[in-house]
Amino acid sequence: MLRIPCPYCGERDQTEFTYGGDARVRRPADTYQAGAREWNDYLYFRDNPAGEHWEYWQHSLGCRQWFTLARDTVSHKVLAGPAANFGGGP
Amino acid sequence: MSQPFRLPSGGLVDRSRKLPFSFNGKRLEGYAGDTLASALLANGIHLVGRSFKYHRPRGIFTAGVEEPNALVQVGSGAHAEPNLRATEVPLSYGLEAYSQRGWPSLRFDLGAVAQLLAPVLAAGFYYKTFMGPGRRAWPFYEYFIRRAAGLGKAPEAPDPDRYDHRHLHCDVLVIGAGPAGLAAALTAASTGARVAVADQNPLLGGSLLDRAGPWDWLEQLMAQLAKLPDVLLLPQTAVFGHYRQGRFGALQRLENQGARQRLWQIQTQQAILATGASERPLVFSHNDRPGVMLASAARCYVNRYGVQPGRNAVLFTNNDSAYATAFDLMQAGVAVKAIVDLRPGPAAVPVPKEIEVLTSAKAFNAKGRRHVAAVEVETDGLRRRLDCDLLCISGGWSPVLHLFAHSPGQIRYQEALGAWVPKLEQEGLQVAGAASGVFGREACWRQGLEAGAKAVQALGFSSPEKPAFTLPREAAEFSVSVPEISPILPGKKGPRFVDLQNDVTVEDIELALREGYRSIEQVKRYTTLGMGTDQGRTANINGSRVVAEVLARPVSAVGATTFRPPWTPVTLGAVAGQQSETSLAPLRRSPIHSWHEENGAVFMPSGLWWRPHYYRNHGAGLVEAAAFEAQNVRRRVGIADVSTLGKIDIQGEDASEFLNRIYINHWSKLAIGKARYGVMLREDGYVFDDGTTARLAENHYLMTTTTVNAPAVQSHLEFYQQVIWPDLDVKITSVTDHWAVVALAGPNSRSVLGSLFEGLDVGNEALPFLGVMEAELYGVQARIARISFSGERAYEIAVPADYGLALWEALLEVGETFAIGPYGLEAMDYLRIEKGHLVVGADIDGRVSPYDVGLGGMCSQNKDFIGRRSLEKPAFHEQGRLQLAGFMSTDGKTMITAGAQLVAESFKGKPQPSLGRITSRAYSPALGAPIALGLIAGGPEAYEQPVYAVSPITDEQAEVRVTSPCFYDPQGERMKG
Repeated sequence: MLRIPCPYCGERDQTEFTYGGDARVRRPADTYQAGAREWNDYLYFRDNPAGEHWEYWQHSLGCRQWFTLARDTVSHKVLAGPAANFGGGP
Repeated sequence: MSQPFRLPSGGLVDRSRKLPFSFNGKRLEGYAGDTLASALLANGIHLVGRSFKYHRPRGIFTAGVEEPNALVQVGSGAHAEPNLRATEVPLSYGLEAYSQRGWPSLRFDLGAVAQLLAPVLAAGFYYKTFMGPGRRAWPFYEYFIRRAAGLGKAPEAPDPDRYDHRHLHCDVLVIGAGPAGLAAALTAASTGARVAVADQNPLLGGSLLDRAGPWDWLEQLMAQLAKLPDVLLLPQTAVFGHYRQGRFGALQRLENQGARQRLWQIQTQQAILATGASERPLVFSHNDRPGVMLASAARCYVNRYGVQPGRNAVLFTNNDSAYATAFDLMQAGVAVKAIVDLRPGPAAVPVPKEIEVLTSAKAFNAKGRRHVAAVEVETDGLRRRLDCDLLCISGGWSPVLHLFAHSPGQIRYQEALGAWVPKLEQEGLQVAGAASGVFGREACWRQGLEAGAKAVQALGFSSPEKPAFTLPREAAEFSVSVPEISPILPGKKGPRFVDLQNDVTVEDIELALREGYRSIEQVKRYTTLGMGTDQGRTANINGSRVVAEVLARPVSAVGATTFRPPWTPVTLGAVAGQQSETSLAPLRRSPIHSWHEENGAVFMPSGLWWRPHYYRNHGAGLVEAAAFEAQNVRRRVGIADVSTLGKIDIQGEDASEFLNRIYINHWSKLAIGKARYGVMLREDGYVFDDGTTARLAENHYLMTTTTVNAPAVQSHLEFYQQVIWPDLDVKITSVTDHWAVVALAGPNSRSVLGSLFEGLDVGNEALPFLGVMEAELYGVQARIARISFSGERAYEIAVPADYGLALWEALLEVGETFAIGPYGLEAMDYLRIEKGHLVVGADIDGRVSPYDVGLGGMCSQNKDFIGRRSLEKPAFHEQGRLQLAGFMSTDGKTMITAGAQLVAESFKGKPQPSLGRITSRAYSPALGAPIALGLIAGGPEAYEQPVYAVSPITDEQAEVRVTSPCFYDPQGERMKG
């Protein structure tokens, strides 16, 4: 069981959250300009690191805020975050 | 005489409270405070089971959780629980217990012929022998093997007991209430920290309970604990798993508390593992005879339960701790014939003259049949036979590291102990007492004090106080150091068991090594060493030792097998808790649910919702009832409860722009007071969800989603709003539960609506197709939207959820003269399939692009939207992609199976290429024939072709003709008029 920190509600059980995938993947700003490779990478290609991994989470059974955090995929320790300021993108 | 082996006094049993119980039908008696095992021993019963593979007689081997032999079935009928350790079952009034193997009886077990076959039943025997002929051979043999082996019988009736779940958050969790755990708990709790203490025993004290009385310390301890501000005691609670980040799972046995067991999920800031140590056996020929027992167990029975586990004892040991047992047995009147010590030198404790100590001595064989009668010993090259009815053995002590290792913690081998000890401490976790490899009451206590203080200091609590509790003194400290001499004794007199539960012998392990298995993990799997319900607690280290000796490598290089949760077996009932049967998942009911229930609705799940599938009084079965309900909509008027559809309120200056980006079609130009059908894609271009969305005001929309997808759509919208386009001014709120919605459909619907909303103009001009209107019903806010899923003239009427039932009943009342009737999901399906309307989850199954299902024309060419870029993928435009089509049964009778594959020729068992699949099926009342929707290669090009819809799984097949997906009123005149 992971303990996930919500930026608003604090640390809660993982069961209150929905995982949203790799937060380092950026949606191409202009989809008309996005080439096939770029779009393909955005849709399908993900790293699977042993160690630091930035990821999206939503407090779906709580305040419903989406946020990012860095988690160590080996120890499950939260290394950084949570951050929910998406003004300039994640 | 009753309880012939019970001492006249002593122990923690209440001799004034007699408890009758039965074992294999025999009526016996014990005392309150007994376990089943101690009560059996008090009655002189050692033989409690037959072994797993060879059906050898087995006795009570331990006094606790390590027990490999004494597995019993407790209770009968639906309450029966198999595989309980007799050493852990508290004796209760009228308890019925049964041994699990032995046929026709425990004393005379025909299965024991397996012993004669022992030479061929070695490790891997099953794999080598029962492999052929053919792939079906193993399941055939397995049936008989399982019957012969058998680990108790699962009850056949549903479990009538209740199970409970609880969550616990604490500052400090102390696991194990022996000297170290108690010291830690008392210290930590003195600061006001929230402390929980879990121990699998009914009484606190751990190893203190094994020493002789007096027991006044126990009372003093409880009084001391009661004074502390925030201590939760969890007796009879086995912490079975450690799941990182301070998360533990525990199972508590309950008595007379409404539930049988309680599963705890414990979240703690600091954990102190004071799980103690368990004794290891020595390995020699026939070391499994009843009457052979761990020395610590004998000590526990005589001291804690006031039971003599035998009259004439011999002890066989490689360390000092067994001497304590010898002294206590002697005190309790058991004749101690000898202490057979593997070591050359004498023990570090003074031994009374009455006890003969044989040094450099090896017990190599236990004699006797159903009970040990003598032990054969070799010392200085001389062989001796020592008669006894109790053989206590001690091969040293192993720290209990399971929880430490689950998380996972590193362990290292300590030669002096001959066991594994924890290596690195983890953040927020300490190991104290014997579990850390520290032995001796005083040392454990001191370590507990330190661990408790350290834990609370890490949490910022003020300095802890020294507990006002005096540890009961021991006459001497007994060392647990073991010599280099192997605990695995040579012997050809008979099997030397390493794992008593799974009948794994030294020879089995040697065979595995000869056959090339090298890693301890492979040896484990090949021989089943340590794979029993006891997880090899008394077996694993000796197993590693055998491997080490054969391979001439140090034990540290052989390693230990992986420790995995659960530490003790957890019942499925406890895992499920109260979430069984209909409560398995949370149940959502519409505000009109009670009416459906009272009026014969047959429900079906739709996501978490339960929705009426059809109404029982409308026909003999599903199809008849649904056809009747659908017909009534086509001819007259019907109502359906559509409250479960997802409803999302979207507001903000950029609401229109937001919808433009979410949906494939345009929203900016939608007039206020109008609704529109919308389709949204996933980013990869596949259709995600659909529904009608109404514009209620300039910057205010109400989106509807499918019932099942509502939570996913909500999350999807929130992701794009919060993360991708945070600059858009949009607010998203789920209002699904706020509104009850009733669909009113059929040619008479307008008349019914007019009668309900007296004085409101609901004519085609005022409320045209896709029009939305605010209204008032009996003073309550209502919204009417002219939306049709059925293809008839239809309306969706929404009122605040609490008024849903009133609205439903009012519609039935005013509609009576128009022959109104309710319809369920099945009828709704028939109606929409006739119209070729799609359903997400059936026709739209996450594998279709908008082009595949005739929605390509809706895709806007002059704006961006989620998934648009993916629609450029060439694969979406390839020839021969599966396309939406309709299908009609050729004979007009045979129902088409949803999920059936489409093939060119009648299916007679030979594989054929799939041309597509059926996605949903109906009986069409309008056409009087079975119809279906599906996807077929080429789509319109396949129209009029005959194909076969084949479902080999259900053995169903229908010849069908491919048609347009719209079977009924293709111009939509009925719904627009």
